[in-house]
Amino acid sequence: MGAILTGIFEPGFFTSEPVRVAVIVGGAVSLVSAVVGVFTVIRGQSFAGHSLGDLGTTGGSGAFLVGANPLWGFVIFAILGAGAMELFGARRPRGRDMATGIVLGAGLGIAALFLYLGTTHSNTTGATITILFGSMFVIRSSMIPVFALLSVLTLAVVALLYRPLLLSAVSQDIASARGVPVRLIGALYLLAMAVAVSLSCVTIGAILSTAVLIGPAAAALRLTKRPGLAIAWAAVIGLAVTWLGILLAYDSYYWPPAGRGWPVSFFVVALILVVYLLADLANGQKARRAGARAIASDKGPGVVAGRAWPSSPGEPGAE
Amino acid sequence: MTDTFRPGVRDEEILSLEGVSLWLSGREILHDVGFSLHAGELTGLIGSNGAGKTTIFRVILGLETPSAGKVLFAGHPRPRRNRSVGYVPQSIGLDPDVPLRARDLVALGLDGDRFGIPLPSRSRRQLVDEMLEAVDARGFADARVGKLSGGELQRTLIAHALIAKPRLLLLDEPLANLDIRSEQEVVGLLAKIAKAHAIAVLISAHEMNPLLPVMDRVLYVASGRAASGPTEEVVREDVLSALYGHHVDVLHVHDRILVVAGKDETHHAELERTHTVVPRGLG
Repeated sequence: MGAILTGIFEPGFFTSEPVRVAVIVGGAVSLVSAVVGVFTVIRGQSFAGHSLGDLGTTGGSGAFLVGANPLWGFVIFAILGAGAMELFGARRPRGRDMATGIVLGAGLGIAALFLYLGTTHSNTTGATITILFGSMFVIRSSMIPVFALLSVLTLAVVALLYRPLLLSAVSQDIASARGVPVRLIGALYLLAMAVAVSLSCVTIGAILSTAVLIGPAAAALRLTKRPGLAIAWAAVIGLAVTWLGILLAYDSYYWPPAGRGWPVSFFVVALILVVYLLADLANGQKARRAGARAIASDKGPGVVAGRAWPSSPGEPGAE
Repeated sequence: MTDTFRPGVRDEEILSLEGVSLWLSGREILHDVGFSLHAGELTGLIGSNGAGKTTIFRVILGLETPSAGKVLFAGHPRPRRNRSVGYVPQSIGLDPDVPLRARDLVALGLDGDRFGIPLPSRSRRQLVDEMLEAVDARGFADARVGKLSGGELQRTLIAHALIAKPRLLLLDEPLANLDIRSEQEVVGLLAKIAKAHAIAVLISAHEMNPLLPVMDRVLYVASGRAASGPTEEVVREDVLSALYGHHVDVLHVHDRILVVAGKDETHHAELERTHTVVPRGLG
């Protein structure tokens, strides 16, 4: 038993300071992203979520260039980007997508410039990898309170907006007619998404932040049809893939090519893909079982449709 | 089921529009529209596409502000948070994957405009169950909203609107995507709701046939103008001709009434779309 545990948790895993920080910060950030991501998927704003990560790159690389903490670069630029999308974007999703695309292109261009200047100036490519693909193991423990505060704030905004967000996802007109300030709710949600994405830009990387935003949420949507449960599932999946990814990355120090270790972001993203595929598979199985049950109990699709109207039993196809 | 609704007074005026005109980007969409809706009555908002039906809804819902005229709810201006109007849109753009069951959608009708996460509550659940029962939706209460059929979604949305105990229920083309049987069921359900709970119901439709058996009044819209009253007083040659601004025939054919363009009609194409058949007994 002990030997198996040592095999899974390589020596030093529980005593390593970088691992401790990664478990706390990485876990919290993935959880926040997963929860926020459920509404990103429901609202069909995956593209905006991805763009916020790319815009964050501009800020993160800029911060790196001037020697500041990349987190603030990510946060400030993602929020500015969210503001720009909100300003340019019409209420129609099409207008929003085009506005997002235009802002996005400009942001990535500037990021390319910053990263080029930064790496040629300091003669190191490590920073580029850190900005684009993240690294949980280089986060300083002094940053834990900052990450914790931003995480709690973001979760609080989503909890506050929970019902109006669902209602406006169903119909903007119904929500407006009921007095929900749809535009303001959308803007606040975009702000929460900007913060969530910039946090994951630091841990998992700007390029991969979309994966922790969308992946756990998309898997959760396959597993349940209840909104509250979907959020709980997404949170659990986000936390699990991140912690497992950290463990695998730590263990991979002994994998070929030995002595280097594989990047934690790779493991997290790979695990998200596996979880999504499994969830999709489980969902398919469930649907097939339900279909088989209906046929076995002599209730074909005709009756399933027909039961909608019990007062008119003579429907053709119901027999 | 009955006691979940606020007891209403029959024939009480719920809503009135007085001389409402609306200009949008230099075009007059509504011209001097005036009518009133009463508790317990089902009114059909009839007109062809682009006649102004949806705009009238948007004005009532407060999504458009009239350029002139008044919109009064029981004699008072519209409050900002208006729970007294239930709205069932023609369609909702919900992805099939969205984790929302029919019962969740109904519950959102109760408190979807509130902030924060709802706490599980027995009375809330009971109310949702009663509403699902009222629209005969128990059978698919736990199905994903995105997977409901047109008729099922329509009834879920009606329950969603009704649970807030509105005085007025607006339905935008509720029969548009339904087969004939579902059409009759939804119409019957709405008539029952209007009468039993003294709610004013306004249903828009481009075809008035399915509504005739239950319609107390008609609100006929053409070219941004409206005429309202009992069906037999509005669906008449002189009234509709004045509304369209050119001659319209109201023909009686095999116990039905057909609204068609006159012989020397220049706006023939428009009227082709608006022709309406009315059974004689009702018209």
